[in-house]
Amino acid sequence: MGDYKKPLPHPNEISQPFWDAAKRHELQIQHCNACGIHIFYPREACSECLAADLIWIPVSGKGKLYSYTIAQAPTHPAFTDDVPYVIAIVELEEGPHITTNLVGCQPDQVTIGMPVVASFEDVSAEMTLVKFRPE
Amino acid sequence: MSIKGKAAISGLAEMAPQKGAGNITPLGIIANMAREAIADAGLEKSDIDGLLTGWALSDYSVLWPSVVADYLQIRPTYFNQVELGGASAAGMVWRAAAAIEAGMCNTVLCVVGDRRARARQMPPFPSIEAEFDAPYGLIAANPGYALIAQRHKYEYGTTAEQMAKVAVDQRKSACQNPSALFGNKEIDIDDVLNSRMIVDPLHLLEIVSPCTGGGAFIVTSTERAKDGPHKPVVLLGAGEAGGHSSITHARSLTTSLVKPAAEAAFDMAGVTPQDMDFVQPYDCYTITVIVTLEDAGFCEKGEGGRFVENHDLSYAGDFPCNTHGGQLSFGQPGLAGGMSHVIEGVRQLMGRGEGRQVKDASIGYVNGNGGIMAEQCSLVLGV
Repeated sequence: MGDYKKPLPHPNEISQPFWDAAKRHELQIQHCNACGIHIFYPREACSECLAADLIWIPVSGKGKLYSYTIAQAPTHPAFTDDVPYVIAIVELEEGPHITTNLVGCQPDQVTIGMPVVASFEDVSAEMTLVKFRPE
Repeated sequence: MSIKGKAAISGLAEMAPQKGAGNITPLGIIANMAREAIADAGLEKSDIDGLLTGWALSDYSVLWPSVVADYLQIRPTYFNQVELGGASAAGMVWRAAAAIEAGMCNTVLCVVGDRRARARQMPPFPSIEAEFDAPYGLIAANPGYALIAQRHKYEYGTTAEQMAKVAVDQRKSACQNPSALFGNKEIDIDDVLNSRMIVDPLHLLEIVSPCTGGGAFIVTSTERAKDGPHKPVVLLGAGEAGGHSSITHARSLTTSLVKPAAEAAFDMAGVTPQDMDFVQPYDCYTITVIVTLEDAGFCEKGEGGRFVENHDLSYAGDFPCNTHGGQLSFGQPGLAGGMSHVIEGVRQLMGRGEGRQVKDASIGYVNGNGGIMAEQCSLVLGV
């Protein structure tokens, strides 16, 4: 795991709770106390009402595949050994969209709308990525 | 106050795209383009009192507009950088017109140049995308547009053949453009579909090729433009729209910000899409053209695939689209900001389309698109 070459997130003060939860294999996103919506990516203020009254909440980790592409050529040199791999947008049950990889599924079995669930991948001692697999 | 009809493009210059880096810097390209565009408009350097420039991937720095002004030794009373990715050039047209109408300057040089070379210093990607997109391989434009194409296929039944047709028809026009990077040989749908799959569903021939190049145009008041050697190409309408950065957080993957931008442009001009003699929609990928034609109102939403299938998009066809070959065949110089689409629209309206001239062209639609459908600027130009 020490030789992980692909781009890693560099969390800041605001996003750290997301990655801390991922490390525990939990999916957490933000919720706005002022207007009640769920928010992803992490922010200081609500993307809808701009209130600075956000809390972190655990979510189900379930969602649907909103769109995907099968990378037949690496989108970055560090992904060369992964080809073909599936880059996807998942629509979480709670609403927000999240960028991810679909794993545990042959590329030719991928369909838009398929139910998926979060699948955590510990890529380094510090970092766990949030991927998804068919539910 | 409206800028409709107030300003016109009176001169242009364009460098033929080159595959390699070439023995020239971005500032060198910009100087060449500036000299040629000023001469083309029948002006002197001292006539230029406005400057709009994009930025160059291969020579990235802060305060770029001053770097350009210094290099050219011009003294603008209005200057700025337009940073709307591939919508930058279209965005320059209305900004120049607005500055002229507001009395800030008289004649604006709009210029970009970029080189296909290892960047001395690359601009950083947005930190949010570096954190939440890049670790999954959603990096740069290819996978973003593939996500759009896949969803468009799912929602509307758009086919691989329909997407390929865009590249095929535009290539026909490129073969009449001596400056086009890929203008030597026509292609057919099988050529596109048999080209290497890069990010499914996008094949190699559906994706722009980076190159070295640049271009410039001169915007001045419509009155002043009448003194020039060419038919003034008047800005009749402009519209702009934005609202996302990462495609994951766009409000829709398949209905784009082209819709409000184009609606605003057509409203200002008081015309409809059906009045256009040609279109020059930004084409970083084949799917971009299909989504743009739908959202700009040339066909119903979801009908873009069938529309391109049923029309001849070449310069001689019933729906001339990207008559320079589009960036797919002409080339996409670094961050040249969609310059080639604006220049080709102007060229057609000036009657300088040479072997690919659209007959009796008097009004046309140009669209600039930046990022992953994130910046849109639509123009209606006419003579």
